[in-house]
Amino acid sequence: MLKKSGSVFILVAMILTLAIGAGGVTAAPKAQVTELTIFWAQWPPADYLQEIGNRYEAETGIKVNVVQEPWGSFYDVMAAEWAAKGDAYDMVVGDSQWLGQGAEQGHYLELTDFMVENGIHETVTPATLQFYGEFPAGSGRYWAYPTEGDAVGWAYRKDRLEDPEEMAAFEAEYGYPLAVPETWDQLRDIAEFFYRPDENVYGVGVYTQKDYDGMIMGYENVMFSWGVDWWGEGNQVIGVVNSEEAVEALEFYKELYGFAPPGTNNAFYTEMNSVFVNGQATMIMNYFAFLPDLLNPEVNPYADVTGYFAGPAGPYGDRYTALGGQGMSVLNYISDERKQASLDFIKWFASDEVQQQWADVGGYTCNIAVLESEEFLTNTPYNAAFADSMTFVKDFWNIPAYGELLEPAQRYINGYVVGNVGTAKEALDNMAIEQHEILVEAGVLEE
Amino acid sequence: MSQANAQALSPQSAAAAPPRQRRQTSDRAIAWLFITPTIVLLVVMNIFPLFYSLYLSFNDYSVIGSEPPKWVALDNYEKILTSERQRYWHNFTVTGRYALLSVGLQLILGFGLAMLLREKFRGSGLITTLILIPMMLSPVVVGLFWKLIFDPSKGFFNYLIYTNPRGGAEWLSDPTLGLWSIVIVDVWMWSPFVMLLCLSGLSAIPDYLYEAAAIDRASAWFQFRRITLPQVMPLLLIAVLFRTIEAFKAFDVVMGLTGGGPGDTTETVAVRLYSEAFLGKFRTGESSALAYIVLIIIIAISNLYIRALNRAREG
Repeated sequence: MLKKSGSVFILVAMILTLAIGAGGVTAAPKAQVTELTIFWAQWPPADYLQEIGNRYEAETGIKVNVVQEPWGSFYDVMAAEWAAKGDAYDMVVGDSQWLGQGAEQGHYLELTDFMVENGIHETVTPATLQFYGEFPAGSGRYWAYPTEGDAVGWAYRKDRLEDPEEMAAFEAEYGYPLAVPETWDQLRDIAEFFYRPDENVYGVGVYTQKDYDGMIMGYENVMFSWGVDWWGEGNQVIGVVNSEEAVEALEFYKELYGFAPPGTNNAFYTEMNSVFVNGQATMIMNYFAFLPDLLNPEVNPYADVTGYFAGPAGPYGDRYTALGGQGMSVLNYISDERKQASLDFIKWFASDEVQQQWADVGGYTCNIAVLESEEFLTNTPYNAAFADSMTFVKDFWNIPAYGELLEPAQRYINGYVVGNVGTAKEALDNMAIEQHEILVEAGVLEE
Repeated sequence: MSQANAQALSPQSAAAAPPRQRRQTSDRAIAWLFITPTIVLLVVMNIFPLFYSLYLSFNDYSVIGSEPPKWVALDNYEKILTSERQRYWHNFTVTGRYALLSVGLQLILGFGLAMLLREKFRGSGLITTLILIPMMLSPVVVGLFWKLIFDPSKGFFNYLIYTNPRGGAEWLSDPTLGLWSIVIVDVWMWSPFVMLLCLSGLSAIPDYLYEAAAIDRASAWFQFRRITLPQVMPLLLIAVLFRTIEAFKAFDVVMGLTGGGPGDTTETVAVRLYSEAFLGKFRTGESSALAYIVLIIIIAISNLYIRALNRAREG
């Protein structure tokens, strides 16, 4: 009996201890955030962000860790974290395509009030705010702060385009002076002029990568500039992505690929820089984020004769370039204290002064004041082209079904451009039908 | 014996406290103790995922979505076999063609090499080792190396077969040559494996069979057909079985070389499976169903081979 009473006493004592302990926890003051973790892909801008984070720590005492994940598994890791509703990261500098998923599925904290109250939405260029931060398009609801602006720009060999003999020969052949192209037609002529396989010299390097989104990131520069978009009224795709202008644009892109160095059949940013530094390509398209490599004479033997320009205009007056880059979002699964600390960091990071520092360390700011400053424009040979591009960027779908929409686009366009499969019309018709079905299934489009 | 021990064993102490019977661990229990970690590991790493993926194949589910699996019965299988049949059929055709070409050529080359290396000569050991090197390399590395080798402007492949290499074929961007490029790389990498198996089969053939055939004045072709081939056949079939299963799983070399392109001309079932299960789509339910269809096909083909193998052994 005594033994039984003793057991009951111990049990009651344990329950009381736990209850008091738990009460103690709830009664304790809110834990102060001493560390913030930001998730981003593994590339130089993430190192720059860590540098900025170190300055934040020096100012506030809050340590900032930038966790980097290789590009190949960047989305997978984040998606797994979302699925688990994990709190391993406070913020993510995520791709623009993730916005829809982050917003609709509740992974991202809505930043509209925060950005409007602090006037942050007015500090960045409208195009970057729209594509890196806003969802749904035109709604005025923001989910990310435009952090690393990026777009497809161009590098070219000045020694070839400015060579007097080449200039004379070009003018004799095409009837206008050889210069940095302002239109896609001029770019095509230059590419054709410098297409000399016997000399191992080629006109232009363009994206063709099949594995993920490279092919589309290349083609859409031309497509947008031909006045075509990925969707029309009411999210319609049939008659939009396979319109006459779209067919023209795709045929044009294929023609450009015909002037590309051989072996660029599955090429993206690495391969573009590669065919440029080995001397084959006269012009290459590449994201601005990958152009700093071309400044280094140890990497690019033609560094001192390399020039840069922003995407040219299309035949009907449209001028657009494909968007890259990412926005910074706060993850919804962290505690309120960590959310507030994350917002404090973004507020600090978004200030003109810190954005200037961000640009100085190598980050591609979206801040209007910095982009317009003389200091920024002359800081590197490509900054002026970058600032210019940031005013006419356009993007692919950013709804949760973007991955599914991307796949048929990649398959049909790569098949036509690289593999000569069918005609441009057939490729775009087939793509439109599949994308239509995907959008209907996703509930974005009515049958 | 110490005093304490003696005391412990004395009749008085035994009467005071009855001796505890020491529990003996049986051999069976020890066996279980040893195999339990392996069984747990197998269940967690193999058996559970196998059955869980089977369950998922009957569900509409995305591993990155916030929705739990939703039971759709045979819808995923139906989709693969009916509405999306055309594209999936294309993937199976590409895989089948690749398996046929690649395994066939590996058999011919591997067996031929084994016949050449069967006779011992000076340096034959070194040559055998050198021939085995490709199969020791990582398929991803092999894919990336061969991508450079096939490059029309930098690679040396076209230099070997064309007088004007720059005017040569673009192996990886041509829809018809794309698959052949993957076959060439796979044959280069895995013929040594077939050679190794054949070599072990050839070395196990007793000399007296050939001596008896020689006494009967049997021709070399007759000896090959009636002695060498039947004796090596079981090992040859094992090689075919292994290589066919691997061919159906072809992924890393394909991704390294063509990424399934141009278009989807070299998209094998494994590459398709990857693009459905990952790459922004994350259709976990549908890709699980596809994986099970591939598994059933591989089991069916394996059974055919095993039957042939048994017949070869009995014969």
